[in-house]
This record gives sequence, structure tokens and C-alpha cells, in this order.
Amino acid sequence: MTKLKTQSLHKRHSELAYSQKQLEILSNGIFQNGELPKFKDKIAESNQFPLKARQLEILQINVGYMCNQVCEHCHVDAGPDRKEIMTRETMQQCLDVIKASGAHTLDLTGGAPEMNPDFRWFVEEAAKVGIKDFIVRSNLTIIRANKKYYDLPEFFKKHNVHVVSSMPHWTRGKTDKQRGDGVFDKSIEALKALNAIGYGMPDSSLRLDLVYNPSGAFLPGDQASMEKDFKRALLDDFGIQFHNLFAITNLPISRFLDYLIASENYEDYMYELVEAFNPAAVANVMCTNTLSVSWDGYLYDCDFNQMLELPVNSRAKHISEFNKELLEGRNIVISQHCYGCTAGAGSSCQGEVA
Amino acid sequence: MQNTYYNPRDLKKFGSITEWSEELGNKFFEYYGKVFEEGALTAREKSLIALAVAHTEQCPYCIDAYSQDGLQRGITKEEMMEAIHVGAAIKGGATLVHGVQMMNKVNKLDG
Repeated sequence: MTKLKTQSLHKRHSELAYSQKQLEILSNGIFQNGELPKFKDKIAESNQFPLKARQLEILQINVGYMCNQVCEHCHVDAGPDRKEIMTRETMQQCLDVIKASGAHTLDLTGGAPEMNPDFRWFVEEAAKVGIKDFIVRSNLTIIRANKKYYDLPEFFKKHNVHVVSSMPHWTRGKTDKQRGDGVFDKSIEALKALNAIGYGMPDSSLRLDLVYNPSGAFLPGDQASMEKDFKRALLDDFGIQFHNLFAITNLPISRFLDYLIASENYEDYMYELVEAFNPAAVANVMCTNTLSVSWDGYLYDCDFNQMLELPVNSRAKHISEFNKELLEGRNIVISQHCYGCTAGAGSSCQGEVA
Repeated sequence: MQNTYYNPRDLKKFGSITEWSEELGNKFFEYYGKVFEEGALTAREKSLIALAVAHTEQCPYCIDAYSQDGLQRGITKEEMMEAIHVGAAIKGGATLVHGVQMMNKVNKLDG
């Protein structure tokens, strides 16, 4: 069994810490020799190239790559050693855009977003805007990591935050293998704390959703069946309830790409993704209605492009230059990692799309 | 000439058997798909049965396919191994129960 790393690829000076290297791998080999079609050619077959951004609906803001966990498959390469953190000045620029953009969903992510020292200020200010769906992607363990975070469930409740949390499996072994020793038990404690104040309970308006992504080199199963199994197991074993499960495909970048190569699964996984390509999923991929903002305020089509340092194809490249007209209708920047979002029922930060 | 009887990539070409007998091939895959749909048994239960049978039939393609299918369904490795033991128990039992036939014959001839 792979031993979980305790440092990010960046800290280890791995060559896969560099986006250029990852993009090289994704463009060479089986995609260069014609064994598998490039994503651009694949979507062209169904007249879906170029992929274009529609009206902005979701603003996803990455407030920093620092995290209390070093998960095996993290596409952000997040960890305690990452120091990239969004400043209050950039947050203010984001707030201005949230007010003006008309997006119905604000989605805060990281890293562990709660570790940004200005996180609470940002949530308080953003909540005042009255956006319809205000998501914080919480890794759960942060709630139990340190006393200063113990009141996070109450804080979330006060600002009517929609909590979305990762949970790779309903068993301890599979969860800890992917996310680190002790993560399962702490996650269960955190879920109980959230349930205790109403999060995730049937008919409660305090939304608690879980995100499932596979623990290895395979695609997620049917979202509805997985949700049923998760609900039954968490309720039977721990009395825990939640609303929806989002099944997300692991994209072949960063630490997951590192894992695929090290475990000699890279080529087979890419075959899986290409064979599972679903043209119907292309129409609803999240980049068509989402804008991703990095810790330093730059704009990307999605969080994955952010990590690959593929900026938006627009004259407005920074949140301070946000311009709805310039960004809508832009051509989405693609590479072979995009197959991850179009496999099977499709995949997005909100789960299946097709 | 390929130097192994089994090539893992051949599993992906399974569908190509229809090329040389379209009607029968299509009927088989239609039936196959229907069998694995959710019914009186869940798709999850069917996946575990398929995994056990894959082992008793010693089909490497089926073992690859249903190990992966199990993972995708969130089936744990403990559940998978137990399913294989069920297959092994039936295989072992099927061998041993013929011991009665041997005993009958021996008793008849030399009892």
C-alpha cells in the first residue's frame, strides 16, 4: 500500500509540481502518437469545438492552497507547507465582482479555506450580498483540528453557508488511505457536530452535501447509487445524515497524476476516460458557467486550469479587470485533463452533469 | 503472432465479436446489459455475484472487469474477498460432494 506523503509536490521539488511538466505529459505519449484522440479533436467530432463560456452562474474563489491535510489525490497540491494565501485586498476585489456579476452561486475553496486568516471576514462580507447559494468547501477535519475552529459549524449556520465536504468512503480504511490517518474519525466527529445544529437533516435549509471521489485509478460509480449506499452506511453506523452526494472524477493532474504514473496506471486511466467520453456531458461542463479565481486574483475557466496555470482566454485576466461582456462567450482553454469532466455522467464541483 | 493467450487490452475489444455475427452478438450484449440492471437484486449484489463467478470460471478478463466494477460501486475489498470465498466454497463443495459417488461405487464393488 502507498504510504501517504506528508509534503506537497512543491515542497518535495517534484517535477510534477510544475504545470509545464504536467501539460507536457498530457500532450505527449499516447496523445501524440495518435493512440488516443486529443480532447480538442474528440469534441470536434460532435461539433462542440471550440467550447464557449455561457452566462456566469458560479464564481469559485480559491482563497489559498494551505491545508491541514495532504491528501493523496489533491489536484491543488495543497498542504501545510503551501503559503499561497489570498489577501484582504483581493477579497475586496472579489466582493465587488460578486455584487456586480449576477452569479447565483459563490463557491469558496482551497486548500482549507478556513485557514486563510481573513476567511471569516470574507464570509461575513460575502453573506451580506445575499447570494442565492453560498458554498464553503470544508474538509471537515479542520473543524476538529484546533480549538479556534471548533465553532465553525455555528459560524457557518449564522451566515447560512452551504457546506460541501469531501468523504471518499463510508469506511475508515478507504478514507484514511486517501486522506491520511485519523481523517475518518475526525470527519465523523465534524459531521456529528454539523448534524447537531441542523446541518444535513431532512427538511433542514442548512445544506450539507458530501463529495465522493474514487480512492484509486478508477472512475466513480453511479452517483444516485453511491448516495444511497453512503446514506445507509453513515446513518446505520454513526447516525449521520446529509443531503446530497456529488460523485467527482479524479482529473489526471498534480498529485493524482503523480499517483497514476507511480502506480503505472496512467495510460489505462486515460484509456478509461477517453472510452467513457460522453458528448452529452460536454454541453454542461462547469467551465461553461463558472469562473475560477486564484489566491492572487487571476481568472481561470476552472480550478483545474488554475492549477495547470492555463489562464482565461480573455483580455480580462484578473478579478480587478472583471468584465462580464469580455468573459462571456470566451473560448474555454482545454487540454487532455478535460476528459475527466466528460467521462460517463460527467463531473463537476457539483457532481454529475449529464 | 502474439506470445500470450490473454492480452488485457483485448477486454476493450469485447464488443467486436458482433462483427462476425452481428445478430447473435447484439442479442448477447442486449441480454448482458439487461441482466446487470437493478432488479429484484441490486446492481451491487449482481456485481459481487459476477466477481465470484469470474473466479470460479477463472476468466481473467472478467476478474479485471468486476474488480474494477466493484471499486466503482464502493464495494470494499473485504466484501470482494468474501464473495470469492463463496465461489471457492461451492467449487470445493462441488468436488467433495462427488466423494459420495466414489464411496457408493467403492461400497458396491468392494463393500
